[in-house]
Amino acid sequence: MTIITILGFLLIIIGLWGMLTRKHLFRIILGFSIIDTGIHLVIVSLGYIKGRTAPIFDADLSPIDAINRIVDPIPSALVLTAIVIGLAVTALMLVYVIQMHRHKGSLEISDYEELKW
Amino acid sequence: MIKRFFSLIFVVLLALVFLPLVTEIKPLSELGMTSAKYAEDGAAELGAANLVTSVVVTYRGLDTLGEVTVLFITTAGIGFMLRRKTILPEKKRRASEILKSGTSFLLPLIILFGVYIFVHGHLTPGGGFQGGVVIASAIVLLMLSDINMHPDHNILNWLESLSGAFYVIMGILGLILAGGFLDNRFLPLGEFGKIFSAGAIPVIYSLIGLKVGAELVGILNKLGREDK
Repeated sequence: MTIITILGFLLIIIGLWGMLTRKHLFRIILGFSIIDTGIHLVIVSLGYIKGRTAPIFDADLSPIDAINRIVDPIPSALVLTAIVIGLAVTALMLVYVIQMHRHKGSLEISDYEELKW
Repeated sequence: MIKRFFSLIFVVLLALVFLPLVTEIKPLSELGMTSAKYAEDGAAELGAANLVTSVVVTYRGLDTLGEVTVLFITTAGIGFMLRRKTILPEKKRRASEILKSGTSFLLPLIILFGVYIFVHGHLTPGGGFQGGVVIASAIVLLMLSDINMHPDHNILNWLESLSGAFYVIMGILGLILAGGFLDNRFLPLGEFGKIFSAGAIPVIYSLIGLKVGAELVGILNKLGREDK
C-alpha cells in the first residue's frame, strides 16, 4: 500500500511536469488527467488496510465481523465522486480548447499571450 | 531552457512537500470512527450489500446530489460554449461493414450490461455512474457506425431533467416518510443481498445512471457535431 501511495505521488509529479513543460494544449490537459489519476491512487491507498477485503457483503463476508475484515469504504466513495468530477472538468477543458482554436487557429499555448505577465 | 530549469526546481520542491506525507503516514490498521460506524450498522440499517454504495447514495447522498449537479452544470457550460451553429461536414467517410455489423450485434448487449451495472449497484461493484458511462459508450459506438445518427437533443434533455427531478423527489420522500433527506428506508428493505432490497437505493442509482448516461451522450453529441 505504501508503494501505491508513492506511485500516486509520482504520477502527480509527472503530470505537473508535463503541464509545466509541454506547449501543446491537449498535452497540458493530458498532464491534468495524470495528476487526477495520481490523486485518486493516493486517496484509495490511504484507505487500504493490509490483508483486508473490499467492503461488499456476500456469502464469505457477513456484516457481523465486517469491522475487522473490510478496508475503509469512505475513500472509495470519495474517489468515485472525484473520478466523475475529473471527467466533467476534462470535458470542459477540451471545450475551452475548441473555443481557443476557433479564435486563433492554434493549439500552442505560446500563441496565447494576452494573459501573460 | 531556463524555464525548464525553473519547472524542474518547482517539481522537485513539490516532491519535497510530498516526502513527509509518504514517510510519516502510518498505514491504516483500524477503521476510523465514521467508517467503523458504517461497517457495523450499515448493512443492518440500510440493507445494501455494497457498503460503498450505502455511503455514496445514502450516508453521503447529499454529496452525490452535488456531484450530479456539477455534472449538469458542466453539460450546460459545454452547451453554452458550443452554442454557435455547427455545420455538419458534407463529406465523411462511411463506416466499414465490420463496424456496422459489429455495432448491431454489440449495441443491445452493451446497453443491457450498463443497465445491469446500475440496477445491481447495491449488490456488486458498480452503480449509477459506471452504468451510465457504459450506456454512453454504446451510443458512441452507434454514432461512429452511422454517421447520420444523432441522438435527439430534446429526448436527452427530458431524460436528464426528469431523472434529476425524480432523484430530488426521492430525497424529499425520504425526508417526509423516513429519517431524513435521501433516506432510503421509506421503501421496504427487502431480503438482504437480493435485487429488490435496500429500499430506495436501486431506484436512486438507476435514476443517477439514466442521468449520467444522458448527460455524457449529450456532451459527446455536442463535441461530435463540432466541425467548421
